[in-house]
Amino acid sequence: MAEEKTQTPPTPPDPPPPPDAVVPPFLAALQEALPGAVEQVSYFVGDWTLIVDRERLLDVARWLRDEASARFDFCSDVTATDWPSRSQRFDVIYCLYSILHRHRVRVKVRAGEEDPVASVTGIWPAANWLEREVFDMFGVRFSGHPDLRRVLMPEEWQGHPQRKDYPLEGPGELMIEDPGEWLKLKADAKVADIE
Amino acid sequence: MPQPTHQPLAQPMFDTDELVLNMGPQHPSTHGVLRVVLRLDGERVVDADVVIGYLHRGIEKLSEARDYTQIILLTDRMDYVAAATNNLGYVETVEKMMGLEVPRRAQYLRTILSELQRIASHLVWLGTHAMDIGATTVFLYAFRERELILDLFEEFCGARLTYNSMRIGGLPQDIPPGWDKKVREFCDIIETKVPEYETLLTHNRIWLERTRNIGVISGADATAIGLSGPPLRASGVVRDIRKAEPYAAYREFEFDIPIGSRGDTYDRYLVRIEEFYQSVRIIRQALDGLPEGPVIGKVPRLIKPPAGETYHAIEAPKGELGYFIASDGKSLSPYRFRVRPPSFCNLQALRALVRGHLVADVVAIIGTLDIVLGEVDR
Repeated sequence: MAEEKTQTPPTPPDPPPPPDAVVPPFLAALQEALPGAVEQVSYFVGDWTLIVDRERLLDVARWLRDEASARFDFCSDVTATDWPSRSQRFDVIYCLYSILHRHRVRVKVRAGEEDPVASVTGIWPAANWLEREVFDMFGVRFSGHPDLRRVLMPEEWQGHPQRKDYPLEGPGELMIEDPGEWLKLKADAKVADIE
Repeated sequence: MPQPTHQPLAQPMFDTDELVLNMGPQHPSTHGVLRVVLRLDGERVVDADVVIGYLHRGIEKLSEARDYTQIILLTDRMDYVAAATNNLGYVETVEKMMGLEVPRRAQYLRTILSELQRIASHLVWLGTHAMDIGATTVFLYAFRERELILDLFEEFCGARLTYNSMRIGGLPQDIPPGWDKKVREFCDIIETKVPEYETLLTHNRIWLERTRNIGVISGADATAIGLSGPPLRASGVVRDIRKAEPYAAYREFEFDIPIGSRGDTYDRYLVRIEEFYQSVRIIRQALDGLPEGPVIGKVPRLIKPPAGETYHAIEAPKGELGYFIASDGKSLSPYRFRVRPPSFCNLQALRALVRGHLVADVVAIIGTLDIVLGEVDR
């Protein structure tokens, strides 16, 4: 199988906003209220993304929920993307929605394999299972999460399936015999196919 | 003569510890393979742990190795009682990324298909929910009418469950001649049948006893825990993506958003019953104004969205169905494909809803959340 055709791109595409994009008012207010917390702003097909300093995630999240001009009271989704060639390989992405103002924004933080990301379950309880899924699928650690267990995969599962270096075909029967060995084998030798 | 003494027993005769009861994953009223571990104090539920993942097929991972057109067929397999709305959410996300123009006729037909799908999904919910509570007749009635919708879909795309019924940029084919007339006939039928279900349930003493004040959640709590769709609206929160962020052709139709006030199982029932009528209203308007023209727009031969990430959500029958796609701009498959399944997020509320209720009510609450495990686990 010739699976080795795609090289993973080094960085996520975070296109900067075009000069004619109308910046939503809460964004300017956020930058004023918490200077330096938003590292970068990105805009793509009508979606605004705020790339936030990981240390200040909770401050930004609380501000976005409570501030009158933002009111992001509904946490639609928490997910992650994996960019293995980057030093901080994970992007943890929070899709937020405001029922009152009917607007959306995405908040993104970057984290390395060992970096804990503060859990937002205290701000949006909806994030509980969603963060569990990110932990399950990517192995991102959420500090302060009340119940950080795997949610979809079995508890004894080894590895995190949605990582880019986790092969699609899965471990098969080797999983039962020695899953740790299998993962090491795949990582070291880059064996394309194990029978 | 010595009196008999009645000393209290040193040990109580019965064990009064909490009992752990396992429910599922093979249980007829868990709607698939859901496992709930209940901690009981007598008949009362003290706490519940929801265990999912038995149907996990790795659709998100699989999609990273499929090209954009092939993924439509994978989306069928998530919420398999509402495959058309799954298709719609996905193709619209890709269209949003690529900036594709969809012809108006296709937009109208998509709206009709997804409203038919909403009726079909609600019929499955009504039938199974009522049967869980003990009203078997409703199940047979509801599935009788659902059969008519499946026939309509079969005539449109050849499949009865996994439709694969949308394409990026439009629809795979136009409707067969006379199909719109059959949809109108179906609208007339369902409008007479829903009152029939209501005579069986709405004022039924047993139904009221089993659903009133069961699984109550306030609007603020429902928002915080991430409920969406009918369960959120039953708690009095006016939120319908068809109105708030209109997609397909919803902008052009008039319809009401039914909301509840108490946020209990009975309100969730009433909200969904009202949605039957609203769906019929939308379908009629769409059929009346159905424009002529092509059903698929100009679509490049290779579907390769530009580099970027987007999230797009639609109002599926069960709640907010969102797709998050990250594209690297070079590959023919998404770099990351993520589904925000409404059932997964609604099921999260189960733990809070069942606390303090009787074991028999757990069944009613699972039914009222209207989950499909294919979508919870993906």
